[in-house]
Amino acid sequence: MTEVIVKTDEVVKEYRMGTNVVKALSGVNLEIYQGEYLSLMGPSGSGKSTLFNMIGALDRPTTGNVFIDGQNTSSLSMSQIAWLRCHKIGYIFQSYNLLPVMTALQNVTLPMIFAGLSVKERNVKGEELLERVGLGERVHHLPDELSGGQRQRVAIARALANDPNIILADEPTANLDMTIGREIITLVKHLNTENNVTIISATHDLKMLDVSDRIVDIRDGKVERIRNRDEIQLEVGAVGH
Amino acid sequence: MANQSRNVIGQQIELPFSESLRISYQSLMIRFGRSVITTAGITLGISFLIFVVISNEVSLSTSAGSTSEQIMDLGEEKETGISTKDKWLIIMSLIVCVVGITNAMLMSVTERFREIGTMKCLGALDHFVVILFLLESGFQGFAGALIGALIGLVASLLMSFANFGLDMFMDFPLLRIFLWLLGGCFLGMVLAVLGAAFPAWSAAKLPPAEAMRTDM
Repeated sequence: MTEVIVKTDEVVKEYRMGTNVVKALSGVNLEIYQGEYLSLMGPSGSGKSTLFNMIGALDRPTTGNVFIDGQNTSSLSMSQIAWLRCHKIGYIFQSYNLLPVMTALQNVTLPMIFAGLSVKERNVKGEELLERVGLGERVHHLPDELSGGQRQRVAIARALANDPNIILADEPTANLDMTIGREIITLVKHLNTENNVTIISATHDLKMLDVSDRIVDIRDGKVERIRNRDEIQLEVGAVGH
Repeated sequence: MANQSRNVIGQQIELPFSESLRISYQSLMIRFGRSVITTAGITLGISFLIFVVISNEVSLSTSAGSTSEQIMDLGEEKETGISTKDKWLIIMSLIVCVVGITNAMLMSVTERFREIGTMKCLGALDHFVVILFLLESGFQGFAGALIGALIGLVASLLMSFANFGLDMFMDFPLLRIFLWLLGGCFLGMVLAVLGAAFPAWSAAKLPPAEAMRTDM
């Protein structure tokens, strides 16, 4: 687990709100290793979602660099960035972001269309993935006909569509109740251990602490501290006493 | 899983046009209710325009075939063809048409910014997203304009018949009416595509995070 898959180098992100400039990230340096489960934690407005977007090549930093698999994302062409999003990274969002007009299977196979798979290949693979997340019976249902937990499972299957190295999950349990949230965390952790997929999750959810290898606390746009699992368990123990 | 060869970033492939056509058609059919409302905006604009111009055509050709006293009675300016009042009416109907259609397309694209952001997250190229929206709006524009042109035609013929009776067929401008209908369909389609192009292109150019942040 020593190979660095994502690296941020002095990443700064500023937003312009009218005449004011708001600094969402002020110089973040972070290394994320292949196969680890990393949680970005911090209160609302701390900058964790902004950092999440930078790591996932979903937004451009104002200054600084983000390296994914050793490639500086700011030096990549639009076509290469699209390829990166399609093949290397799978995304899971708080509000699922499924396309409402497409069935579960069509949602899962959409990234495969962008990857150039044939209709037959993508249908077989899509059904397999939905089966794997426990939705084999709901392949042809529209998102509206599914519960929150089921929608998030479809989103997880979609994130796996092109066998990515990295899965980015932005508050994946925030819209779900405790039990369903736990199921989703277990499913994601399972992917992490079984397939050596790197999981990077922005979260408020303390249940995520149990499964994370490292936790990065973000505050005021900076990395406040990085804890590994042992330290976290010690702290949880301390609270219990 | 995790079986991509490391440190190699490829170029994203271009999808065949047939794939774009299939997705945009499917998208239109699935959100049929919403598509009908957008299309209705185009239908209204074009039907108003066609109604005004064809009524005017029929009125002019019928008046041309009438006696000079009748022309005097109508008070039309025969030398220039179209009266100032009618010119204004046509200009107004064109403006209604342009504003109505671009507004309908603008709304239907902006309410789907999140969808555009999501597609980009999944690996869609900017121009693929734009092509999808242009195809959708082109379909809608053509269908809406065709229906609108036919409604406008029927309404204008009925009104002309009420005004002139069978006289309207004496010097009926069939070719000109046909050309106006074609022009109306073309205009509806072009306006719909142009109306969708600007918001679709602006959304597709945004980084996905920003497109998805846009709440409509």
